[in-house]
Amino acid sequence: MKEIKSFSKLKKNIKKDFSGFSKVKLAILGDSATQFLNQAFKGQGYDDKLDLDIWESEFNQIDRQILDPNSDLYSYAPDIIVIFKSSHKLLSKYNKSTVLSRSEFSNDVLENISDLLSNINSRLNSKIILFNFNEIDDSILGGLANQVESSFLYQLRKLNYELMLLSSRESNLFLCDLSSIQNLLGKSNFFQPSIYINTEMVLSLDALPHIAKRTIQIISSLNGRQKKCLILDLDNTMWGGVIGDDGIENIQIGGLGIGKAFTEFQYWVKKLSKRGIILAVCSKNTESIAKTPFENHPEMVIRLEDIAVFVANWENKADNIRTIQSILNIGFDSMVFLDDNPFERNMVRTNLSEVCVPELPEDPADYLEYIYGLNLFETSNYSYEDNKRTKQYQTEAKRVAVKKRFANEDEFLSSLDMVSEIEPFNTFNTPRVSQLSQRSNQFNLRTIRYSEADIKSISESTTHESFTFTLKDKFGENGLICVIILETKSDEDLFIDTWFMSCRVLKRGMENFVLNQIVTFAKKYNFKNVIGEYIKTPKNELVINHYSDLGFKKNGDKWFLDVKSYQNKKTFIKINNNG
Amino acid sequence: MDRKQILEEVNEIFIDTLDDDEIVIKEGSSADDIEDWDSLTHIQLVVATEKAFSIRFTSKEIQSWQNVGEMINCIISK
Repeated sequence: MKEIKSFSKLKKNIKKDFSGFSKVKLAILGDSATQFLNQAFKGQGYDDKLDLDIWESEFNQIDRQILDPNSDLYSYAPDIIVIFKSSHKLLSKYNKSTVLSRSEFSNDVLENISDLLSNINSRLNSKIILFNFNEIDDSILGGLANQVESSFLYQLRKLNYELMLLSSRESNLFLCDLSSIQNLLGKSNFFQPSIYINTEMVLSLDALPHIAKRTIQIISSLNGRQKKCLILDLDNTMWGGVIGDDGIENIQIGGLGIGKAFTEFQYWVKKLSKRGIILAVCSKNTESIAKTPFENHPEMVIRLEDIAVFVANWENKADNIRTIQSILNIGFDSMVFLDDNPFERNMVRTNLSEVCVPELPEDPADYLEYIYGLNLFETSNYSYEDNKRTKQYQTEAKRVAVKKRFANEDEFLSSLDMVSEIEPFNTFNTPRVSQLSQRSNQFNLRTIRYSEADIKSISESTTHESFTFTLKDKFGENGLICVIILETKSDEDLFIDTWFMSCRVLKRGMENFVLNQIVTFAKKYNFKNVIGEYIKTPKNELVINHYSDLGFKKNGDKWFLDVKSYQNKKTFIKINNNG
Repeated sequence: MDRKQILEEVNEIFIDTLDDDEIVIKEGSSADDIEDWDSLTHIQLVVATEKAFSIRFTSKEIQSWQNVGEMINCIISK
């Protein structure tokens, strides 16, 4: 785990080789001097494998660059725009305002910011990262500033609150929380007056790496790099003591010993799980013993149902994390591993360099503060749906466990008792179909995105036929997981306009089952050919051989299947006709 | 710490901050003599020196030095 580096170390990164890193075009607009910020971003980008191409506007040009349609900003057309309006400039503006207008001060600033945003949005599709305002108390009213609306402190805090509201409405606006970074470092470390007076720089050199780190975390998460899974050790990580030696009544959690540290840690883990982070356990223990606190200890916060994959054995942790990875089918770079034992941490770090392995402090009392500071789980989206994921992964873990017991694939598939329900588009499934259409990237043959309105018009079209498929097995429901849209091209030709499927149900023989249904339909209406097409995208490599694997023959850029000679493919999925 | 030791330590700070192992500073060295010593890196040099000697320069002092010798005078005065 990389700790926060000094500014001069970050600067040295700039000379290193950025080849192979994702490129991002970034614009920086500031009302104070931003050269150091620019260097810190570039250098921090190196540590996070981002090759930032940075354009920095001249000093104090925010409004001009954004309001002028012919500005350099618009010709640069960045992916991301960082806007840094400083609290010092805010204060000097406030100082010059009339006393009577001060109760409205934050509204005026907010109006200006909204105006800037809508100008950007009318010309670019950029994401915008706006710094909020670190607090300055000008001590004109002492503590009373908290209740006098016209005070600077009141207006600044109100503005920060209004910015939160604004960013929750504007889908492309993200806040970099400068205020909380100043809280973390303390104002005397965040701001160096002698430098400010000499240079117009409002951020100390020590603050820059923290700000760069936070900003790059936002950019990484916008680039799809988000942590999805937290893997936890148990003894002395989740509770104090060793369950195998100390027994359930002596481990420290809740009231016993330093149990409070672990209880609070577990509440943090629980909150992560509720917001969709998948929890896994990786512990050197006997499984049945390791599970007892989760089952029987009254003061445990985390319970077995919160954990998607529970691995407790005496094998090495790198291998166990590989197992967890294969069950969850997510990248190693989206995993965080927390373990109190330096040996295990190094073991995992050495073998699986992409897994994020923070150096936990020695004293469990320090765990939380340390972890808060790392901001491991930056994200650019949030929905209530996220917390259903654990259940689906638990089910998948059970399937994998069962699969291990079967000698061959067919036996395993037939043991699953799979049932699929087939329906055309209707008012009930339209939202889900549209959502899948937006999200399916890998198993998607043509990647044509359909909105709810499109889905509705297809369902009413006389030249189109739609099919949705659900899949259920003895372990649980997968819901609606596959969509087919067929288009009548002529009396003979039936074209597969859309075929996408959720990757959750790969390797179940769903493809065979679906093709059988398509051909059954084609036969019924006397079509001669079923025609498919693969349109390549950066993400659908998975299905590049889809049609040839299913027996289609290539002709030009399309794939043809002869309906008459088609033999139904083997499938272990049954149709549920009852609905 | 005598003047010579301070000069050596300041030299190390220049090497690290400007990322150039070849730099040899003298009392009379100024921004004109040393490549990369500009108004921006000056700030880095100031902050690194403050840290190394556990001192704080005033905003006037930061602006005043014409050469390394004057900077060292300032460090000694602290």
